Amino acid sequence: MGAVPGWLWAALGIALGAQIAVQALRSPPPAAAADLPPAPSAAALKVASVGEPAAAARLAMLYLQAFDLGAGNTLPYRRLDYARLRAWLRAILDTDPQSNYPLFAAARVYAEVDDPARVRVMLDFIHEAYLEAPNRRWAALAHAALIAKHHLKDLPLARRYAADIERLTTDPGVPLWARQMEVFILEDMNELEAAKIMLGGLLESGRLRDPGERRFLKGRLEELERRMSERRRD
Amino acid sequence: MPPTLLLSRSVLLEARRSGLPWLVLGLLAAALGLAAFLSQVAVTEGRELQAAFAAALLRAGAAFLLAAHVAASVVREANDKVLELALALPLSRSEYYVGKLVGYGAVGVALAAASALPLLLWAEPAAVALWGASLAAELLLVAAASLFFAVTLANVVPAIAATAGLYLLARAMAAIQLLARGPLAEPTWTQALARGAVDAVALLLPRLDAATRSEWLLYAVPAPREYLGVVGALLLYSTLLCAAGLFDFHRRNL
Repeated sequence: MGAVPGWLWAALGIALGAQIAVQALRSPPPAAAADLPPAPSAAALKVASVGEPAAAARLAMLYLQAFDLGAGNTLPYRRLDYARLRAWLRAILDTDPQSNYPLFAAARVYAEVDDPARVRVMLDFIHEAYLEAPNRRWAALAHAALIAKHHLKDLPLARRYAADIERLTTDPGVPLWARQMEVFILEDMNELEAAKIMLGGLLESGRLRDPGERRFLKGRLEELERRMSERRRD
Repeated sequence: MPPTLLLSRSVLLEARRSGLPWLVLGLLAAALGLAAFLSQVAVTEGRELQAAFAAALLRAGAAFLLAAHVAASVVREANDKVLELALALPLSRSEYYVGKLVGYGAVGVALAAASALPLLLWAEPAAVALWGASLAAELLLVAAASLFFAVTLANVVPAIAATAGLYLLARAMAAIQLLARGPLAEPTWTQALARGAVDAVALLLPRLDAATRSEWLLYAVPAPREYLGVVGALLLYSTLLCAAGLFDFHRRNL
């Protein structure tokens, strides 16, 4: 160290200080308000994953999330091009068909917007995906049926989804309310009651082990509770 | 001790005394740190995300570190005339080459064990053991490839670049073949030619996409037959690379 001349120490210090100053003065990148780019094909995603489809699919989901969750509210969801969003979710699901992430995001994030047309795009995607693997994907369609009933007020659509769950899901580990989904849909209960039963059923069936998912769903339930109590007060 | 094993031991000692252990520690820290960060952003499948991401990063990182270490070590020995000195001893060229490869393979096994250990945080021990054993076989192949290219090209950067090219192409080849057969592919003669060329290249590559899969950690371990087939294919390709390297090493005028 002693062999290093003093002017070199100074030059190093000044250059480092200048670098930190330039970076500190730079404004942070704006929230991702740009349009969602067109989705890649599943084959292209697989090539890009160089043999790691499970990691690539999940990283692609995090990338997709950056177009909305980063803004901290649900408003930007409505700005997204849902046809492109669906294509992205389709490609990601095809990259790792065993992942539940795209369907969870479709049912719990993207389908919970106020725009019925966009909600229908997501519900249709969930239904299409469910038909490919009913025993693995019934939970997303069960939530889609509740959205069809309570948000879209489209009882025939909700009953169609419920009937498909009853007809095609054969896994004995599926909770009773899901195996009798049509009755569950037709019962005269409000959205909060239905959501509570569904969450309880998911916990009981052992499907809800991820702490992040549990936290997210609990947050959604509390938000629903708050919304409904506000509605009752009004 | 037979000369081959003595040579292998010296390779292990060299790896232990080089910067490799520190780089491996850095890789482990990066994988754990990034996986923890990403799991905070994910709304679901946090455990799966951490396991898949860490496994992918550790696998690629271990392969790169080993390839770079082998290429640098072999080229340095050649430049320092250690190779000439070793060959002046009562040691055949085959013994020298195989001794080196066994040593680098052992370094690969140690790297695979270090990479597999953190995955126990998110996956079942049996799945991690299978993943780690497959990575060890994969790293033996990487060591054989890097040794082959370093001996043949006698230069660090071209040797690493060639090894990385072979490795990445082998990992992506199955997906490239799928792409070539996609529904949008037109039935023209140029398309048929391109598909044939892709298939021909695939014949010369190992099936790295089928090895060390993170799906084993997330969903289910492979059937024994499938697993043995995959690891057996890696060992076969390592033997091919070793034979090719020996062929080139014997014909060279040193």
